[in-house]
Amino acid sequence: MIDLSKPIFLLIAVCAVSFASFGQTNADIDFDIDSIPIHTLNEVIVTANRFTEVIPSQKLTGKELEGLNSLSVADALRYFSGIQLKDYGGVGGIKTVNIRGMGSEQTGVYYNGIQLGNAQNGQVDLGKFSLENIEEISLYNGQRSDIFQTAREFGSAGSIYLTTRRPRFKEGEKAHLKAGLKVGSFDFLSPSVLCEYKITDDIYATFNAEWISSSGKYEFRYRRVTPSGELAYDTTAIRENGDIDAVRFEGGVQGYMPRGKWKAYMYHYTSERGIPGAIVNNVWHRGERLWDRNSFAQAMFEYDITPRLSTKVNAKYAFDYTHYVNNDDKLIHVDNVYKQREVYASWANKYTILHNWDVSLAYDYQWNQLSEYRDVERHTHWVSLASAYALGDCFKVQASALATIVDEEDRGRDDVPNKFKVTPAVFLSYKPFDQTDLVLRAFYKQSYRMPTFNDLYYTDMGNAYLKPELATQYNMGVVYDLDRNDNLFSFFRIGADVYYNKVQDKIIAYPKGQQFRWTMLNLGKVDIRGIDAHAMAVFRFPYQIELTTKLQYTYQRAIDITKPNDNYDGHQIPYIPWHSGSAVVMLSWREWMLNYSFIYVGERYNQQENIIYNYTQPWYTNDVSLVKIFRLKDVILKATLEVNNLLDQDYDVILNYPMPKRNYRLGVTVEI
Amino acid sequence: MWLLLVLLVTACRTDEMVIPSEYDRLPIGATPGCDPIGMYVLNEGNMGSNKASIDYVDFENGLYARNLYAERNPTVIKELGDVGNDLQIYGSKLYAVLNSSHKVEVMDARTLVRIGQIDIANCRYINFDKGNAYVTSYVGPIAIDPNAQPGAVYRVDTATLAITGKCTVGYQPEELTFIDRHIYIANSGGYRKPNYDNTISVVDMTTMRQVQKIAVAPNLHRIRKDAYGRLWVSSRGDEASIPSRLFVLERKEPTSYEMIVTDTLDIPCSDMFMSGDSLYFYSLAWSDQLERNVIAYGIVDVRTKQLITDSFITDGTETDIEKPYGVAVNPTNGDIYVADGKNYVSSGTVHCYTREGKRKWSMRAGDIPAHMVFLNRDKR
Repeated sequence: MIDLSKPIFLLIAVCAVSFASFGQTNADIDFDIDSIPIHTLNEVIVTANRFTEVIPSQKLTGKELEGLNSLSVADALRYFSGIQLKDYGGVGGIKTVNIRGMGSEQTGVYYNGIQLGNAQNGQVDLGKFSLENIEEISLYNGQRSDIFQTAREFGSAGSIYLTTRRPRFKEGEKAHLKAGLKVGSFDFLSPSVLCEYKITDDIYATFNAEWISSSGKYEFRYRRVTPSGELAYDTTAIRENGDIDAVRFEGGVQGYMPRGKWKAYMYHYTSERGIPGAIVNNVWHRGERLWDRNSFAQAMFEYDITPRLSTKVNAKYAFDYTHYVNNDDKLIHVDNVYKQREVYASWANKYTILHNWDVSLAYDYQWNQLSEYRDVERHTHWVSLASAYALGDCFKVQASALATIVDEEDRGRDDVPNKFKVTPAVFLSYKPFDQTDLVLRAFYKQSYRMPTFNDLYYTDMGNAYLKPELATQYNMGVVYDLDRNDNLFSFFRIGADVYYNKVQDKIIAYPKGQQFRWTMLNLGKVDIRGIDAHAMAVFRFPYQIELTTKLQYTYQRAIDITKPNDNYDGHQIPYIPWHSGSAVVMLSWREWMLNYSFIYVGERYNQQENIIYNYTQPWYTNDVSLVKIFRLKDVILKATLEVNNLLDQDYDVILNYPMPKRNYRLGVTVEI
Repeated sequence: MWLLLVLLVTACRTDEMVIPSEYDRLPIGATPGCDPIGMYVLNEGNMGSNKASIDYVDFENGLYARNLYAERNPTVIKELGDVGNDLQIYGSKLYAVLNSSHKVEVMDARTLVRIGQIDIANCRYINFDKGNAYVTSYVGPIAIDPNAQPGAVYRVDTATLAITGKCTVGYQPEELTFIDRHIYIANSGGYRKPNYDNTISVVDMTTMRQVQKIAVAPNLHRIRKDAYGRLWVSSRGDEASIPSRLFVLERKEPTSYEMIVTDTLDIPCSDMFMSGDSLYFYSLAWSDQLERNVIAYGIVDVRTKQLITDSFITDGTETDIEKPYGVAVNPTNGDIYVADGKNYVSSGTVHCYTREGKRKWSMRAGDIPAHMVFLNRDKR
């Protein structure tokens, strides 16, 4: 019997015994400020019972997030299994993620519960979201376990939730003030400030601002040897036009009532950056510039009308402005402005029929507009119906159906077809033994991604007749927890999920005619089979020494099955490695913390065909950070030193976009 | 623990190798004594991929050699370059125009060993006359209106590889050819949609001044001369209401450089190859209705300007070509070569057909094979 998962499990088991590094980011709980007594363990928060979640999820929170040498959300997501990051390098380089091989557009990113949109290209640049104010990042394969959510949240094939820091006041505290300064390689400078204020016992206000600037000038190196081992060339150059200057402001007010809560939030991000571009023969710098302004305001109100009936209202307005200029005097001058507007409203309701049976009904509406190359509009409606049922303490089931209705409106043409799709999902979880934290789970989910404005309307390239792209997921998994509290071997978790995904009607760019003109077609088909495995162990030694180790591993076979006569038929799709993983070791002693992390991305191909000319070597980085906290009466001073790419590896994540060599960051924060 | 070690050892990075060449046998075997002895193929490579590459079809030994440049020039940093756009032989040198690397790479035509490079921004096509190379470029002088930047033609001394002259021409100039002392350049204006350029620039090669502009049709691309002093010019059209067409221009008066359009052939044309009195062409036009490319492979009699056939591939194997991207005809045996660019982001194919249109062989090339040039036997 050939079982792919076998050597992996064995590997994990071997590592576990030998005290090596491993683990996985899989704490779980929806911890609300005012609810759920949580068991805190070395500030890596873990619930006593894993069975609360029906859906495979991964989380990074609190201290862990601080120790992980991450500047942006994208950096932190590298520690999740099943995720592939596309990183064009540097502080300002675009960073998008692909969950389980299904494509960036199939991933939903939620900021404080509401989806971040980009109707133009469907991708969210996660490099823009700083970790400075993020308290928790969670990843769900499929959707969030809680059925009391907006209709849209049932729609993504994979979901990433970013939650900003929630104020927590001790007895007698009224305000928090935190100021920080980070400096580092590539002239990186980032001051930030955070204020939290308790207006009344139940109403809190927060404000956070951050400025990020960097010249983006980093050394990179290309070295080649001949087959006989002689040096062919070895060149080191400085990355040019990768500078960034960005400011972010965000703030909100939130309140708690006996039977509900509310929150209002505003976000504004503005940046100017260079687009460093590909390094190709004879071209070492480029002249593309980008100005961005992303603003949104959102509000949420949740209320328990009766003990059985709860309701939740969400609303959002977003405005995005992008100004792109190509100043390269060797190329044709380009100067474009794009403006996107979005209005979103959602009303979700949950009704408890029996103590173990809930149903929910939600309706969402969204209006998108894009102006510049074409004035286009879209109205989207989502209606979701979901139910969660528990049988005793051992069996849970969740089922949902989502209807998506898209009204396209393009002032240039009147024949753009509207779209209507219904997608189902079923999640099961089973805990066979009462005393053992062993959970088996399975899910099936269908999701559609609608064609973006670029897909439909982009000059020459757009195809108004595109159908939505369909992703179907099947997943089975197991997770086992062992919680031994104050023992030396204090906590252990191991788990794995196997999955089979199919992407049909995949929207791909297809060349037409001469002169590099492309069009978008529903041509692609991808067959994805994979395993996500993870293990974690926490040890508590005498003298307050604690050791947390995590290991995660992903195997993915994502092959193109579009057409049998394509010369890449059956080949692994671009930039999806077969093997990837990470290892984290965190050692803490009193007010010191030392973290080591290792990220590995295996061999992969940079184009559809798996031939030697498209081969891309594995890359792996070793990152180390040291944190020391000083307490002076009421003032907490924290200093962090980070070394990234410790072994100075020269690598590209994306072909011809070199990544930085070894680099450093130093951060200091003062908290009152 | 050893398992972990095994994983780490087998899964580690190694030194990055110089891109290796690959050799395949042609199914037709060797042809000793033939002339031309071989054919170079320039694969364009997609923009930003830096995967322009040169293949060599060795007729004499019956071999197909893939991706030769890096192996022959291992010390060139980042190899041949980004987006090949033209390939020509003049004298003993092979010239490859690398559009997005902003250079013309000059190599020894027999060995493919690099001789030097000519830096020309956004260069497009190259042609030769009386010891000089002329290269068109999309970017000429810095324009006052950055959205209306004219292109240029550069003169390069092929002995020293130095630029010796430059002349501003129309918008986004493409191919060029010569009649007597004048350069005829097809202007496309492809970046100015819908305000395409529609002219041929006439440049005096001694003074390097533009002396005339001849209006033909929107979005001109190819320009070739025949044995009768006429110009054959193709237009791409506007990809909507104005289709691609083929035009014939003749001298207004026997002694003047001024040319006028004498014939408009109702033939869409994407690329052409002049072989004696036969003009081989193919056309590729996107059909919105069919959601696919409509393709034709034809021959025009240069003397009569009549279409001889609209399908020079006769054995039905044209269905194996996804997207023709280049055509060439062997001057000796009449074999026809068609390069298939496929989807632009995977390996293309070079197909060979007999002069009767029967397929002889097909070989995997690099990404977007497009430009083919024959290497003649060394007569020295």
